[in-house]
Amino acid sequence: MEENIKKIMHVMRRAPHGSIYTYEGLEMILIMAAYEQDLSVVFIGDGVYALKKGQDTSGISIKGFAKTFTALDGYDVEKLYVDRRSLEERGLSEDDLLVDVEVLDSAEIGRRMNEQDVVIHH
Amino acid sequence: MKIGILLKEGPYNHQASDTAYKFAEAAIRKGHTIDAVFLYNDGVINATRLGDPPQDDRNVAERWSALAREHGFEVLACIAASKRRGITDELMIEGGSITGLGTLTDIAIRNDRLLTFGD
Amino acid sequence: MLHTINKSPFESPSMQECARFAAPGDPVLFIENGVYAVQSGNRFASEIEALLKTNPVYVLQPDAEARGISSLTGGVEPVGYDGFVDLVEAHRVNSWL
Repeated sequence: MEENIKKIMHVMRRAPHGSIYTYEGLEMILIMAAYEQDLSVVFIGDGVYALKKGQDTSGISIKGFAKTFTALDGYDVEKLYVDRRSLEERGLSEDDLLVDVEVLDSAEIGRRMNEQDVVIHH
Repeated sequence: MKIGILLKEGPYNHQASDTAYKFAEAAIRKGHTIDAVFLYNDGVINATRLGDPPQDDRNVAERWSALAREHGFEVLACIAASKRRGITDELMIEGGSITGLGTLTDIAIRNDRLLTFGD
Repeated sequence: MLHTINKSPFESPSMQECARFAAPGDPVLFIENGVYAVQSGNRFASEIEALLKTNPVYVLQPDAEARGISSLTGGVEPVGYDGFVDLVEAHRVNSWL
């Protein structure tokens, strides 16, 4: 069975709400989580905004989903990585994020990316 | 080589569907197998047969349908993405059907490559 | 791992992000509007030249031709869809959408 487990990385690179990519990406992750593959999710560039605390979408009539990222742990999706430089460029730090993540430098994220069988950008 | 394709944009608005198609054609020509084309986000719009582009333009949906039928792969639209966008079974091109994201996971697992095309 | 970039560098940071995470030796293929990155003499030429020191760089020729790009930054190799398939056969794929 072991050799049938694929390493699949989801890469979030867009801000939430302005387009549906992040939300539908999250839906994809939740389904894939049921298949017992080696899943990871990495937040790069504007993708880090998906994890920002204090989002309130009630005024734009779009369903908020930031809290769903905090539930990924319950689906056994535990490998959540955030690009340190992307946070810093946006004046953010780990304290601004809703979810427990590993903040990593580019080289380390690149190394983990390079181990994947499948990489899907959202 | 067995290849799955994930297509995340609809036809015409973006070149993604054209690039995916040209890639699939070339891969088949070179002896590779296209296992399935999975449609996600606005990509599900590639599977409706109601499109009626001008005569002098390509018919993206019809082209996918023909390639899929000729080479025995399926064009699969995600059910959740389809429901959001009003894409139903009755609208499907020949060779197209609606399925769940679990199928995409199977495609990712069983193929040598999963290629994503989108915006 | 093959990296594909489909955005013009004038509109998107895709190229810089890809370059930051790609491993040395990984091929990078510019497709669709990404091909504008490798037109010779543009303001990204030095970044492409820097990338070429560590990574092979390709451009999807039909996309370059469609956009009237005939003069490529030196060292960038044009490929057709067949060449795209060959790259995919040799590498796992990371499409920087």
